[in-house]
Amino acid sequence: MSFFFEVLTGGLLAGVMYSLVAIGFVLIYKASGVFNFAQGSMVLFSALTFVSLLERGVPFWFSFLITLLVMLVLAWSIERFVLRKLVNRSPITLFMATLGLSYIIEGLAQAVWGAQVHALDIGVSDEPFEIFGMLLSKFDLFAAAIAGGLVIVLSFLFNKTRTGILLRAVADDQLAALAVGIKLNRLWFIVWGVAGFVGLVAGLLWGARVGVQFSLSLIVLKALPVLIIGGFTSIGGAIVGGLIIGSSEKLAEVFLGPYIGGGIENWFPYVLAMLFLLVRPSGIFGERAIERV
Amino acid sequence: MIYIETGQFVTDYRADKSIFRLNQERWGFYLLLAIVFILVPFIGNDYWFSAILIPFLVLSLAGLGLNLLTGYAGQLSLGSAAFMAVGAFAAYNFHLRIEGLPFLISFILGGFTAAIVGILFGLPSLRIKGFYLLVSTLAAQFLVLWVFTNFSWFSNNSSSGVITAPQLIIWGHDFSTPVGRYLLTLGIVVALGFLAKSIVRSELGRNWMAVRDMDTAAAVIGISIPKTKLLAFGISSFFLGIAGSLWAFTYLGTVEPHGFDLTRSFQILFIIIIGGMGSISGNFLGAAFIVLLPILLSNVSAGLFAGAIDPGQLENFQKIIFGALIIFFLIKEPQGLAKVWQTFKQRSRVWPLRF
Repeated sequence: MSFFFEVLTGGLLAGVMYSLVAIGFVLIYKASGVFNFAQGSMVLFSALTFVSLLERGVPFWFSFLITLLVMLVLAWSIERFVLRKLVNRSPITLFMATLGLSYIIEGLAQAVWGAQVHALDIGVSDEPFEIFGMLLSKFDLFAAAIAGGLVIVLSFLFNKTRTGILLRAVADDQLAALAVGIKLNRLWFIVWGVAGFVGLVAGLLWGARVGVQFSLSLIVLKALPVLIIGGFTSIGGAIVGGLIIGSSEKLAEVFLGPYIGGGIENWFPYVLAMLFLLVRPSGIFGERAIERV
Repeated sequence: MIYIETGQFVTDYRADKSIFRLNQERWGFYLLLAIVFILVPFIGNDYWFSAILIPFLVLSLAGLGLNLLTGYAGQLSLGSAAFMAVGAFAAYNFHLRIEGLPFLISFILGGFTAAIVGILFGLPSLRIKGFYLLVSTLAAQFLVLWVFTNFSWFSNNSSSGVITAPQLIIWGHDFSTPVGRYLLTLGIVVALGFLAKSIVRSELGRNWMAVRDMDTAAAVIGISIPKTKLLAFGISSFFLGIAGSLWAFTYLGTVEPHGFDLTRSFQILFIIIIGGMGSISGNFLGAAFIVLLPILLSNVSAGLFAGAIDPGQLENFQKIIFGALIIFFLIKEPQGLAKVWQTFKQRSRVWPLRF
């Protein structure tokens, strides 16, 4: 039984790592209705930039700031050269634009910084320690704390500040938001900038975990079922979804894997998410769309 | 005035409904068919057939399949390559396990198997809409590849799930030469192209477009949503399945499940974005673009910089250029190359006037 709980907790903590990526998604979807496939490549790009600066001898906080600045420039150019030209177009079009964007960012990241694997040490060791008879990783707990902090800050931003209210108005109806005088361009820049920041945090944690390499951009595929279970519009949902996916994935791998063959973690989250959707078509915390003719 | 339509009157409904209403267009199309069926086999060389024309044709067919689902019926899919894989592996198994089954029949059976799998993964579309539906096609993408990699029965117990095409002999003719494979692929693609064009012009095609534009409104005017959506998934997967078996049998000859990974699905999606969503001819333009651009880029870089750019870096630039092109097309020409071709035809009709 204690083995079961150990697997479960390990899965829950791994799930938090997925949530970190999913939060970036939710931010952008909430604020602009864009399903941002490029979030994964933003994670890769920021982690790669950060680690490359670090390896060139730039101090930790200084490279963090520079990377953040780079992400802001990226956000600005995405707004300026892509989103601004696609105002009021269909969600599918915007999704496909972010698909193109992810190709550009991935190509750019590797063209500038090279394709080799970098090790990243952010000063938190990955050593296991024992609590209630279970082996837990210190690093995982650190990641969970960061994720929790992010959720609190972002929820505050969305629910209590003026900018948050404007963002929700834009998400509701772009045209109406424009009509009442909301500056769409500035808001998009802000939200993509914040998503870049979240991507940077996720990139650092993931990079410290598995090394900074191209496969970082593929965690977007891990974050997708998380997002779908939680619902596209809920930051809390991203966390809950991450916990569900992380724990069930680990449990399935350990207890189900021996019977049907290994390597099921690729598709299991998707099948799970599909089953969830059959019960709740907009995720657990997603807003139900009202349709009018 | 490159061509004139004066004096060509439509006098009955049959003529009004024909695909090519103008004589010039009809004869132009026949001429094109004559060129690709008769002239090209004589003037093309093996490199052109194996490396450019066959993949171009197969990718056009795959684009056609996805376009029926995404461009016409409005259901976004990221699992096209999985349905191609189902088609390829099913055709392989039908041919292997049923003695003396003609090749074309096993292709078609492969297509039908893909259609069934497609309908299965299309079922969630009855309840889930929009981006949430991505989860279903992505589930197909990962689950199908996992099944083919992990259960070696599907690849006749070969290592890592590789399947190898048997000799392509149809009605006693050996189609294994590059020209033969080209003609076989071309024949199938042209036939299915006609089929697709007929489907989208039929009642079913119009129902698809109604569902795409607004499914609530379509339901209100009495279109059966489940039937329409599931048929879209089924027919689209049928096309993709055939494209998959052609990809395995006439293009590559040997294929492993990972030849049908998510990258391939994206490639097919890019074909329909660049070619034009909701268009049949656009798939061919888009596929030509996707096949030729990498070749062009590597030739240009070899010519301009004479190998100063290493292959890895070139791949990065290719990615950037692809991404930029996608965005460019979405911004400037959302209806793709098909629309560019339409505009060109319209212009050449009224030239030298502007309107």
